[in-house]
Amino acid sequence: MSYDRAITVFSPDGHLFQVEYAMEAVRRGSTAIGIRGKDCVVLAVERRALAKLQDPRTIRKIVPIDSTTTLAFAGLTADARVLINKTRVEAQSYRLTCEDSPSVEYMARFIARTQLKYTQRGGVRPFGIATLIVGFGLNDKNEEVPVLYQTDPAGTYSSWRAQVIGGRNAKSLREFLEKNYNDDLGEKEAVKLSVQALLEVVDSGAKNMEICVVKTGGVKHMMEESEVDAIVKEIEAEVEEGKQKGTGSS
Amino acid sequence: MDTVFGVEFDGGVILASDQTNARSILTYQTNLDKITELSSHSAMGISGPNADLVNFSEYISKNLALYELSNDGLKLSPHAQANFCRGELATALRKGPYQVNIMLGGYDTVKGEASLYWMDYLAALAKVNYGAQGYASSFCLSIMDRDWKEGLTCDEAVGIVEKCIKELQVRFLIAQPNFIIKVVDKDGVRTLKFGADPADN
Repeated sequence: MSYDRAITVFSPDGHLFQVEYAMEAVRRGSTAIGIRGKDCVVLAVERRALAKLQDPRTIRKIVPIDSTTTLAFAGLTADARVLINKTRVEAQSYRLTCEDSPSVEYMARFIARTQLKYTQRGGVRPFGIATLIVGFGLNDKNEEVPVLYQTDPAGTYSSWRAQVIGGRNAKSLREFLEKNYNDDLGEKEAVKLSVQALLEVVDSGAKNMEICVVKTGGVKHMMEESEVDAIVKEIEAEVEEGKQKGTGSS
Repeated sequence: MDTVFGVEFDGGVILASDQTNARSILTYQTNLDKITELSSHSAMGISGPNADLVNFSEYISKNLALYELSNDGLKLSPHAQANFCRGELATALRKGPYQVNIMLGGYDTVKGEASLYWMDYLAALAKVNYGAQGYASSFCLSIMDRDWKEGLTCDEAVGIVEKCIKELQVRFLIAQPNFIIKVVDKDGVRTLKFGADPADN
């Protein structure tokens, strides 16, 4: 008896296999990391080795949804394109009807709701992507604070201080972040932490990473390869120093 | 009853409109801004009932924003924007028409040139050097015909606009005490002067 045919069927032990297979598709995708600093949010994605003849500018893993919200995804790129387009239309539609910009939480909820819809209808399959949505929102004291949300193929969404999606090593990277994260990260420290984490999965350094810093008002700054390179070198130098100190102290 | 007109100069466009919002015998407000910014380098002066004015301009500007976001920051040229507007007017014409007459002015940042478009509620579109919508055309076109020439400066174009405003204030039956003048050029859209502050609530 195969319970993974139509997604609307539960297996006897309560699994929705199609949703779980979609999550497997996310694991096959390239890694994306989101880190919430005290006054910025950093998105760092692994840019898998491109074919020589391919134009890297046409591969975008960090995309604007709205002038105040940015998104990174992991998983099937085509599914991401469709979901992102729906989300962009929704953002403008919100602006048209409410004469206000949608909050990051609203966009995350919309994406999650859309991903859920595709797990409850026959004849369609779930989106094989997980997303990290970042921007700024107001806390209960009405101060502007950075926010980071994550959605997954099951249609769940939640807020995180730091999160990893995609890639085979997501679990170990999450542990790395748990060990090294603190609530007081400034922009430089948050970027450095994200590069450190990515270096665990990415082999060749700056040219296989894309880092984006989002600051107040949702203003995003994609870091140049040279800037990222400088940080990679800084980290490598520290690692070398650490090794030498280690051998020297014996 | 609304006055909307525009004059193109070398490197930009001046758009001007009156600021009265009225219906029948009642004036609702005298500080309405009828020239809405569509994108960073284009603006649209619209005449017609306030409902259609606001509805149409917001709909167009949100769709233009969506295009920019969906296409990696690519901006639509004023020519494309004008044709998009015309298309929307044409589609709505035989369903539920927008009763708006428009002067659309924009600066193409890629080509480095300005353009002005005249559009009416029947979805006619024409690219013009200067133009006016409504009763204003009867008073202002002759002034613009005489004074406009190729290669005007911004100040000269504003001069023509102010001449037109003065003419309307002397000869047009309907008193329009306040006018708002905006310029669209390589630096974007900005307000040059207004009779009453639109932000005054």
